[in-house]
Amino acid sequence: MIALPGDMRVRLVTALILVVAISQLQTIPVAATVLAAAVTVAVMSGIGGKAWLRMLHVETFMILLFVTLPFTVPGRAVLTIGPFDASAEGFTRAAVIACKVSASVLTIVVFLGSVEAMRLGAALHSLRVPEPIVRLFVLTVRYLSVIGGEARRLQEAMRARAFRPGSNRHTWRSYGNLVGMLLVRALDRAQRVEEAMLCRGFSGRFPWQKPPRLSRSEMGFMALATTAAVLITAADRL
Amino acid sequence: MAHIPDGILSAPVLIGGAVIAAGGVAMALRRLEDRMVPRAAILSAAFFAGSLIAVPVGPSSVHLLFTGLMGVMLGLMAFPAVLVALLLQTVLFGFGGLTTLGVNTVNIALPGVLLGLALGPAIRAASPGRAAMLAAVCGALSVAGTGALVALSLWLSSPVFVPVAKIMLITYLPLALGEAAVTAAAVGFLSRVQPAALRLVAT
Repeated sequence: MIALPGDMRVRLVTALILVVAISQLQTIPVAATVLAAAVTVAVMSGIGGKAWLRMLHVETFMILLFVTLPFTVPGRAVLTIGPFDASAEGFTRAAVIACKVSASVLTIVVFLGSVEAMRLGAALHSLRVPEPIVRLFVLTVRYLSVIGGEARRLQEAMRARAFRPGSNRHTWRSYGNLVGMLLVRALDRAQRVEEAMLCRGFSGRFPWQKPPRLSRSEMGFMALATTAAVLITAADRL
Repeated sequence: MAHIPDGILSAPVLIGGAVIAAGGVAMALRRLEDRMVPRAAILSAAFFAGSLIAVPVGPSSVHLLFTGLMGVMLGLMAFPAVLVALLLQTVLFGFGGLTTLGVNTVNIALPGVLLGLALGPAIRAASPGRAAMLAAVCGALSVAGTGALVALSLWLSSPVFVPVAKIMLITYLPLALGEAAVTAAAVGFLSRVQPAALRLVAT
């Protein structure tokens, strides 16, 4: 088990530096090494089983990428299916992308997977992200759970009235009404929230807590991550 | 489908996307009144909650984007709203990525914002039936625009992605269909029940 820094700013900046470096790798030895390192760190920092499942979540076009790349990248043919030749270079390219995507997802899960979105807002603010964006972020996080609950209740009410979703106009219309209702209630709620905020003297800015200064070990950790990022980039290009 | 993960796109595409996204967000924030932020946030939470519903289309089911409707109701504020939603999805669910935040924001928000600007006034002025029809166009076109921009990002990153991009565009068809049908119904509902809701929230 290793303990990563708890400070959100450190986690955010470290994750960003590492993912930027990982996303631009081009050679398979470096990409594979980085993936192995990411898996090791993920195991040692004890991320949960649910977090590992995220790696399996491949978007539709990711699958397509792995199916088509061997055939579209020109190079030495190693496999022939009908009129199509799969090239060794194509397989390598697909493998590099797979390593990079997985290593990036793991990095994000390790550094940001267990954070509360609310704390992330404060970190974004102390990293000088424009204040209105941060305010939008924390309020969206806050009301997502409230409105998500409302959406669940509306869907339950539909099910209780024998609604069964299918690919037909009735379903689309019903879901459209659901979304419309959700928006009407959201606007009503926004009105109440605005009034409540004005009552309590909201002047257009939240009073953010002053963030603590970074400790020497936290600075050291970020320096270490930056060095790692520079090293893998150098190893990749040289 | 519209969330490109880290590790696929080239640096110029990532930087270009980030610059355009920053421009869009800055433009929205300059016109934003402070007291409109809670309203914009609660509406974007509602769109987020709506996009979590799995809508059956044909043999599969899709998660809608609602960007056309966001363009109509939020205008330029759809840029920061989408940016915030994408950051949340990256952190909470692991969809999308950190380096691709800018590109993904542009791909998803830009078509909706443009169509909202173009069709919004007509939708607000029309009768419920006509508004629903216009909203269907708005929804379908904004999804098509997003598909085209995702394909463009892949193509600009590397020509070897072109076949993937072409196949991927086909997968946007059911999404555009579902988006059109549900957006039409939602706008028809709002237009009948609370026409004031279709007004622009900010900007």
